[in-house]
Amino acid sequence: MTAVPINWYLILGAVLFTIGAIGVLVRRNVIVVFMSIELMLNAVNLVFVALSRQLHVMDGQVIVFFVMTVAAAEAAVGLAIIISVFRNRETMNADELNLLRW
Amino acid sequence: MNPVLFGILAVLLIASALGVVLSPSPIRSALSLVMTLFFVAVEFLFLDAQLVAALQIVVYAGAIMVLFLFVIMLLNLQEEPQAMARLGMRAAAVVLGSLFLLAVVHFFAKPGIGTGTGMAGAVPATFGSTELLAETLFTRFLFAFEITSVLLLVAIIGAVVLAKKTLT
Repeated sequence: MTAVPINWYLILGAVLFTIGAIGVLVRRNVIVVFMSIELMLNAVNLVFVALSRQLHVMDGQVIVFFVMTVAAAEAAVGLAIIISVFRNRETMNADELNLLRW
Repeated sequence: MNPVLFGILAVLLIASALGVVLSPSPIRSALSLVMTLFFVAVEFLFLDAQLVAALQIVVYAGAIMVLFLFVIMLLNLQEEPQAMARLGMRAAAVVLGSLFLLAVVHFFAKPGIGTGTGMAGAVPATFGSTELLAETLFTRFLFAFEITSVLLLVAIIGAVVLAKKTLT
């Protein structure tokens, strides 16, 4: 059985990351923007694990462990901010949340 | 991993990722994201990362997505008529995204990353096991691990304080 070369995994990760980045730019709902960020984090995780397999070292998998921790912390704090903003402004639209705009 | 299997998995993965970005209702986006996370976990399994695949399902598809769904249902978010940004913004995002993708793929398509046998070569039977991952985590990455505990503590306190307080 022929093995899939590392480049395919890297390109798949790049495609996933781009979809996530476009999602952050085009969606207005703050929660969907958050989900797109999770998509980008997952693309990077995929690249880490693929490179870990390619180089035969565990470091990539350990880094994925840390990325997941940061993602969990980010989701908890971010969703708390979203709830707090929704209570005050009654909106989820990123275009209307312009209190800090100069 | 069989190239055909990789292709099928890649198509499913990209389709579900597009579902996150394109579906107008937040609930559907969240469910598409769960599907994406599961497919990424399958990719991890094929890359000899069993523990990371299990963590992906338990932590990401389990804990984090439950949090997302909980907030969506708590705030009772409905399908919005104008889910997307303005047309100009959308076009700019797609053009910039494509340029980024071209640049990265140009770099990633080069052969010969790393040395040795690479993906085709056999790895030790313990590769990706809890034992080996823990050994790396608690020796070379010990400091980062301890810092992570502080980060989680800050996140817990921050989330509680933020969700409680009403801004004026």
